[in-house]
Amino acid sequence: TRPRQASVAAKVFIQRDYTNGTMCQFQTKFPSELESRIDKQQFEETLRMLNNLYAEAEKLGGQSYVEGCLACLTAYTIFLCMETHYEKVLKKIAKYIQEQNDKIYAPRGLLLTDPIERGLRVVEITIFEDRSTGSGR
Amino acid sequence: MKNCEYRQIDPQVLSTPTPPPTQCAEKTPKQVRRKWEVFPGKNRFFCDGRIMIARQSGVLPLTLLLILFTSSLFFIFDCPFLVKHVTSCIPVIGGVLFTFVVISLLQTSFSDPGILPRATPDEAADIEKQIDSSSSSSYRPPPRVREVLINQQVVKLKYCFTCKMFRPPRTSHCSLCDNCVERFDHHCPWVGNCVGRRNYRFFYTFIVSLSFLTAFVLGCVTTHLALRSQGGKGVISALQESPASALELVVCFFSVWSILGLSGFHTYLVASNLTTNEDIKGSWSGNSGLQSAGNPYSYNSIFTNCCAVLCGPLPPSLIDRRGLLPAEDSPAAAPAPPEIELLGFGAKTDINMEDSCQDFAVSCTG
Repeated sequence: TRPRQASVAAKVFIQRDYTNGTMCQFQTKFPSELESRIDKQQFEETLRMLNNLYAEAEKLGGQSYVEGCLACLTAYTIFLCMETHYEKVLKKIAKYIQEQNDKIYAPRGLLLTDPIERGLRVVEITIFEDRSTGSGR
Repeated sequence: MKNCEYRQIDPQVLSTPTPPPTQCAEKTPKQVRRKWEVFPGKNRFFCDGRIMIARQSGVLPLTLLLILFTSSLFFIFDCPFLVKHVTSCIPVIGGVLFTFVVISLLQTSFSDPGILPRATPDEAADIEKQIDSSSSSSYRPPPRVREVLINQQVVKLKYCFTCKMFRPPRTSHCSLCDNCVERFDHHCPWVGNCVGRRNYRFFYTFIVSLSFLTAFVLGCVTTHLALRSQGGKGVISALQESPASALELVVCFFSVWSILGLSGFHTYLVASNLTTNEDIKGSWSGNSGLQSAGNPYSYNSIFTNCCAVLCGPLPPSLIDRRGLLPAEDSPAAAPAPPEIELLGFGAKTDINMEDSCQDFAVSCTG
């Protein structure tokens, strides 16, 4: 372990929002533990974007039907060689989270964990301890 | 094993490379394990995690045997006669149906039905905290139940003690596989796996194509026997001439009704976007509530429901069974409780990111 590693002060878990059914959506309520670290607007923007991306992954539309019908005709063997639309969007989401971490959350001592690593149950936000010299920005 | 890392290098054999430390697997940082090896549910994995089935494979071997055996008899004994006397399309149609049946059966049995990975210890602790803080006598639902409003219907989400999380709607915990499965339909012993969100379409294809295959074989065998007994020979002599057909007749006759019935039932479920579990429990029917009790997940159109269930986007497996566990320095052997492993890999992958983020944070704050 590296000696300069900041220790984890707390973890916040953003739970799923099931008001629209089983679609993957996360609650956008701003957790109180983050109040001192990031503004509400920024946080809600990130979550809203994530929710939009997940909605895109699960959208029932032209492309998903074409994929589904094609798969059915090939006895679903096509899934063995083709990347599904859902997987493509998940890659987009991973990139978005990486980007958000780099630009916005890491400078504030926070870390977003990709929900896929938590089985799409929660968005885990790790809060790191403030440096003793103060969070001078 | 103890001396494989601190080998004194003989200067005379400096050119020979040190042997790969495969013997001391536990101490080697290069040893990687995949997540399926520490999976807490009752599943078995093959091909390095690519294939999974429930631990109790039920009667899957019997299902496969029946299908393969009956189909082989059909192709060997009935097809030559029918090709000669009726049409040569018969083995082609039979072949296509057979292929669909076998492929969809294997996919249903060997794929992840939609297992939800168990909550990490941090998450479980957080939920416990929320439950404790909200449990008071004035709170109407018991603490381990959450109520959600979906499409104007109140849906109760139960807490799963094994997986340590509140189950999403339509999720159920299968006791045979010891997993929470999304959109849990039922655990099918014939297929040896749970039927859930990710493999329902394979299961449906399997039973529908199997009904077609069984009906087709039954029809062909009947035609075969009818044609054979035509020349005044009688049915008995026809059966004696082709005993295999008699066997197929028996198997198909007794199974076609149940398979057709099952297909019909599941077609109804697909059209109304219900699961067997919900239908059996009567979750959405016969509610005595004042509000109109209906299925909140239905799109209220048979066509849309069918499309959504059968042709909707297929989510990837959430358990990431072929993902690599970060190489631990001191791997807990199999006896270690799975929670520790989960914490290990969860924290480890974050720590690597934490390092780089920490550096970045340090550079930002100067």
